[in-house]
Amino acid sequence: MPRVWKFPDSINTDDILPGKYAPFMVGEDVFQTYAFAHLRPEFASQVRPGDVLVGGRNWGLGSSREYAPQALKKLGVAGIVAASFARIHYRNLLNLGVPAFEAPSVIEALQDGDEVTLDVNSGLLVRGADTFQLTAPPEFLREALKEGSILAYYRKHQKFPGE
Amino acid sequence: MTPNQPPRTMAEKILSARSGKFVSAGDLAVVEVDQVMIVDSIAQSVIKVLADLEATPKFPERVSFVIDHVAPASTVSVAEAQKEAREYASAHGCRLFDVGRGICHQVLMEEGLARPGWIVLGSDSHSTTYGAVGAFGTGMGATDIALAAASGKTWLKVPESVKVTFAGDLRPGVSAKDAALEMIRVLGADGATYMSVEIHAGDRFTRGERMTLANLCVEAGAKCGLAVPGGEVLSDYGYDFPSWVYPDEGATYLREVTIDLSALQPRMSAPSEVDNVHDVSALRGLKVDQVFIGTCTNGRLEDLHAAADVLQGQRVAPHTRLLVIPASSVVMEQAMADGTLLTLMQAGAILGTPGCGPCMGRHQGVLAPGEVCVSTSNRNFIGRMGAAESKVYLASPAVAAATAVLGHIGLPEDLKVTVAS
Repeated sequence: MPRVWKFPDSINTDDILPGKYAPFMVGEDVFQTYAFAHLRPEFASQVRPGDVLVGGRNWGLGSSREYAPQALKKLGVAGIVAASFARIHYRNLLNLGVPAFEAPSVIEALQDGDEVTLDVNSGLLVRGADTFQLTAPPEFLREALKEGSILAYYRKHQKFPGE
Repeated sequence: MTPNQPPRTMAEKILSARSGKFVSAGDLAVVEVDQVMIVDSIAQSVIKVLADLEATPKFPERVSFVIDHVAPASTVSVAEAQKEAREYASAHGCRLFDVGRGICHQVLMEEGLARPGWIVLGSDSHSTTYGAVGAFGTGMGATDIALAAASGKTWLKVPESVKVTFAGDLRPGVSAKDAALEMIRVLGADGATYMSVEIHAGDRFTRGERMTLANLCVEAGAKCGLAVPGGEVLSDYGYDFPSWVYPDEGATYLREVTIDLSALQPRMSAPSEVDNVHDVSALRGLKVDQVFIGTCTNGRLEDLHAAADVLQGQRVAPHTRLLVIPASSVVMEQAMADGTLLTLMQAGAILGTPGCGPCMGRHQGVLAPGEVCVSTSNRNFIGRMGAAESKVYLASPAVAAATAVLGHIGLPEDLKVTVAS
């Protein structure tokens, strides 16, 4: 059963993947094993595909490094639920097709280790008898996500959504 | 502004001009991109996405590769990544600024590759720096950067704006860095998320000081930091400032903030969030192992001058290391020619190759557990410059220099007392 990994406010990209563990520093194949190396060293070895990361305000502040969300994607994280997201990181998540839900009202109810399932398409997070409806991304981004990612959208249409 | 169009912010005006249609906050704008900047740490990823797209840069002359984040290379894998960037730039006719030329943002400004009203995308979050000269500069990840290179365009949600007005004059010993840290304290680390910070400062601040202010806007979460053109940027650099760059009177701002420079004391950001800002006097006395003067925030000639003024005739404390890394080869040459580097070295500074240096803990001056660093850079996150148990404090070049001599956090005025006693 997938689980919740609960994080505090202001998780930055150095927390998600410290700069010294960038792929070009340690190798494309292993960089994801350093996700949250400083903050939660057990994370990368214990996270399972389908797990959901829950954060507070301003998730992903800091660097534009796309390999931070890439590391989470490689580890099989199903999605991230946060009170709010930092701008560059939010774009990076959607570009990579990692679902990101701004859902400030549900953060408090979710605890570390909760067993949950996340239905990305409906935005439904289910924990036992509890069901949480998450807010979907803005419409023009949803248009892109229908194709899997903005990259996939561009590849197919040779233009940006709304262009 | 025509009679049937509402007054607009600087961000709305630039994005309208560059998308070819009237847009306002909340709209989606697809805009022509004037310059795409790619740093060494992300070049491999960008090249991979371009290969996946089966695309090459549409306008190679608008694409610049800068090798600055780990320069010169520290390991074989880094060298390989840089070799790939070098070869790609050469094969596709893109600009390449190789090892030692300097930090991406400084180099693009020196080369005139960020201009008023331009859209400049960088694969580095501090690409907000280009707002110093009225360019819409913003940071993006590898996928967005690759798409912009391939198409010559990008999509941007037109941001709401926060108007930050700087009033009064800085007192001696207080700098643009202190003003920027105060701005971040007031706004908060997410206070301008998704927004444009529009900086109103009249004719205050040099171009370099405006770069410091615009650079740090991203630490309040901003999409861009647009300084309304004025002062030195109008007179000294020969740029054309199209009238449509200026914000309209009566434009709508989500929030307006005024910072009184005359009341400002030297500021310091304590670990481990940039908006954890205090007066330096409140942190005075903390023992410091390393001081770093440099980075895209404060590695310019005027920053080295400010440090040299403090370090003249002084000596770095025995237990403290002082690293100085000029922001570019141009800065380094000027600092060498005018004697600044000699002053710094006679005080005990260690010089590094122009580039980003230890700012993100990849090489040069990595911190051991328990060590404390005062840095002129822009981030003090946990483990940013090395061990998770190390600490980074952010300050101005003058405060950093004084701290290096004292061996503990302090101000230039403390130094004079110490020497006299």
